[in-house]
Amino acid sequence: MAVTIRRKFEIGDFAMRFGTEIVLLSLFAFAALVAAGFGADEPFRQHMWVLFFAVAGFTAILLRKTEFKPAAPIDPEAYMDGPVRYGAIATMFWGVVGMLVGVVIALQLAYPDLNIQPWFNFGRLRPLHTSGVVFAFGGNALLCTSLYVVQRTCRARLFGGDLAWFVFWGYQLFIVMAATGYLLGITESREYAEPEWYVDIWLTIVWVAYLLLFLGTIMKRKEPHIYVANWFYLSFIVTIAMLHVVNNLSMPASFLGSKSYSAFSGVQDALTQWWYGHNAVGFFLTAGFLGMMYYFVPKQANRPVYSYRLSIIHFWAIIFLYIWAGPHHLHYTALPDWAQTLGMVFSIMLWMPSWGGMINGLMTLSGAWDKIRTDPIIRMMVMAIAFYGMSTFEGPMMSIKTVNSLSHYTDWTIGHVHSGALGWVGMISFGAIYYMVPKLWNRQRLYSLRLVTWHFWLATLGIVVYAAVMWVSGIMQGLMWREYDEQGFLVYSFAETVAAMHPYYVMRAAGGALYLSGALLMAWNITMTILGYQREEQPLPGSEPALQLAE
Amino acid sequence: MSSEHIDDVSGISTTGHEWDGIKELNNPLPRWWVITFYVTIIWAVGYTIAYPAWPMLSSATKGVLGYSSRNDVRNELAAAEAAKGKYVAAIQEKTVSQIAADDALREFAVAAGGATFKVNCVQCHGSGAQGSKGFPNLNDDDWLWGGMATQVEQTIMHGIRFASDPDTRQSEMPAFGAIITGDQIKQVSAYVAGLSGPVQNKGLIEPGAKVFAENCVACHGANAKGNREFGAPDLTDAIWLYGSGETAIAAQVREPKHGVMPAWIGRLGETKVKELAVYVHSLGGGK
Repeated sequence: MAVTIRRKFEIGDFAMRFGTEIVLLSLFAFAALVAAGFGADEPFRQHMWVLFFAVAGFTAILLRKTEFKPAAPIDPEAYMDGPVRYGAIATMFWGVVGMLVGVVIALQLAYPDLNIQPWFNFGRLRPLHTSGVVFAFGGNALLCTSLYVVQRTCRARLFGGDLAWFVFWGYQLFIVMAATGYLLGITESREYAEPEWYVDIWLTIVWVAYLLLFLGTIMKRKEPHIYVANWFYLSFIVTIAMLHVVNNLSMPASFLGSKSYSAFSGVQDALTQWWYGHNAVGFFLTAGFLGMMYYFVPKQANRPVYSYRLSIIHFWAIIFLYIWAGPHHLHYTALPDWAQTLGMVFSIMLWMPSWGGMINGLMTLSGAWDKIRTDPIIRMMVMAIAFYGMSTFEGPMMSIKTVNSLSHYTDWTIGHVHSGALGWVGMISFGAIYYMVPKLWNRQRLYSLRLVTWHFWLATLGIVVYAAVMWVSGIMQGLMWREYDEQGFLVYSFAETVAAMHPYYVMRAAGGALYLSGALLMAWNITMTILGYQREEQPLPGSEPALQLAE
Repeated sequence: MSSEHIDDVSGISTTGHEWDGIKELNNPLPRWWVITFYVTIIWAVGYTIAYPAWPMLSSATKGVLGYSSRNDVRNELAAAEAAKGKYVAAIQEKTVSQIAADDALREFAVAAGGATFKVNCVQCHGSGAQGSKGFPNLNDDDWLWGGMATQVEQTIMHGIRFASDPDTRQSEMPAFGAIITGDQIKQVSAYVAGLSGPVQNKGLIEPGAKVFAENCVACHGANAKGNREFGAPDLTDAIWLYGSGETAIAAQVREPKHGVMPAWIGRLGETKVKELAVYVHSLGGGK
């Protein structure tokens, strides 16, 4: 039982609250201090100072909150929503940070003078943006919604007592170490997996704890069947564990240093990285967020899921097909032709399984279509599903070799990723957070639904601007690169193609700024909701039954 | 069993399960979805038969079409080389002056040289060959080392002050800061500036002419028109490599900057250097 698992640190008759945690964290902080003193290289020593201050600060907070009296008994039936509440706040916080860095690096591309050496140059900020939005914003959104959903659909309190707190805070520590490492110039140079070996090991520990937490809760369930959202969440957790461990297999140059060497080299390394990279998209950004969709869309629409059979078939089809599609990132490279072919055909076969999720999400609204007009949260979710459908069509199309020969290495890819990330991942997460927050803090409603409407339009406009601009600039870039004159010589130099993209880079930054401003409105709205305010405002048209005129 | 669980709105039965209020309808798979999924699978199987796909023990299936991306590249490159072949052969045989005199050859060489220029030369000389401070503009007829096609070719081939090429063009203006006085530098700068533009203190020009005659004429000539043998610039035009005006000229007299251009023969080969020379020669300033 959860109560008995809770560890206690006994002093006389009293149980010291957080006793074990404080002792372990102090040791951890001390180890960081030692590493800061004896580190083999300067970036590592700086990074260990960051770790020391983070852990020591956390210990100090626990020390201030400790007390010497028996812990209040915990109701083993009640849902454990503390980590979910923290997770919702963390999602908002990291979302704003990650998107802000995105706007900054978009401006750096348009105006290179904004590169501030060495900490804030594009090379260091770019992984800060990608990891910030994918792992910090998206990861926290998945973490908190999965813990929210698994408890409610299993009718069981989270497994493992304070394990959920360890997972939450452990994950935040991973984010802080990854982010500060990038700024210090510590990187493995593996795309979307830049943190060095010691941060990777920490994430592995946290992730295994997450898996135990999630699986344990499912094992405790009081429902006979496992709800479809939990299949998706579980597949995301299991697959990310596998991807993370294999992709990061490496040998540290020193166990007190910030450099390591990958177990793979050459084309095997490239394929391992894109097996990881593509399935990070597949299982982190697709499967995980489909889990989110399968709970929050039916809840918000108050309608049953459209098709149980479709959910089974498209789940297993995605799981089976996605994992083989990575080689399409390496078309026309040293990767053998056969692997390129397989990467491409598996991507094409993936089209319908991906769309199964779109159909199930959209059709769940049948019988409730009017809510798109009246409920801005539903509108946000529908827009998310629409962008999901658009980008899961675009992806297979771009994996076709002839299309890829034009699109690869161009901004088209960036546009594609962002229509998925801003449109699908961002919007479905916003919808889920808007749904959860009033319930988590026992508020009657959000601070303001009109702000949600504003957020919706700012975000939608931002995505449309961003994606359209990147299509135009990406296709232009691809065409300029391959343009030959009658004599068979290239027409444009690389620098000319860069110069031609300047106006699009400016417009892209504007699109990103629109999206960021929507997220800032959301942060304001969520903060006010948590603080318990309700904005006095006219109800949205149609959201309340109109007064009937007397006949 | 299913008759017990009917969704009121759609009239469709549910699976009978419920999770936190969420039910699932028992709708079949949409037909168009199933058919499209099957079509993609059949297409995928067909494609893997046609193209290299399935890994076996020591190699992979080759595909019935015999496709190989390496062969494709090889063939495309060979076809491109073949199309250029007769021009390239002619360029190899002829001198740059002969190439420049032959319309068809010149047209080809200008296109080829332009492509090479965009990759290798724009970093210093600019994408329009307009140059910038310290890097000569190649569009005008103010040549440091000569604007004949053969002279341009020589410059590109061996570079300027490029230490590792024994045939590189070599010249070094002495640092006059250690040879003449500061006043003399001001005077000679005023004189040189006055050859092509206005001067603030006209009184400096006359003593400046004397300093010039004593120190500078050996390379720049009595008329200050320069000497392309030594890469000594013409000082009478208003084109300045390191900036115009007395201050900039004085700085260059005191401690001259000596730009370096690499020798390109090793990297580009003779044919490409010839094409480049014809291209640069065609830009407008060729002699």
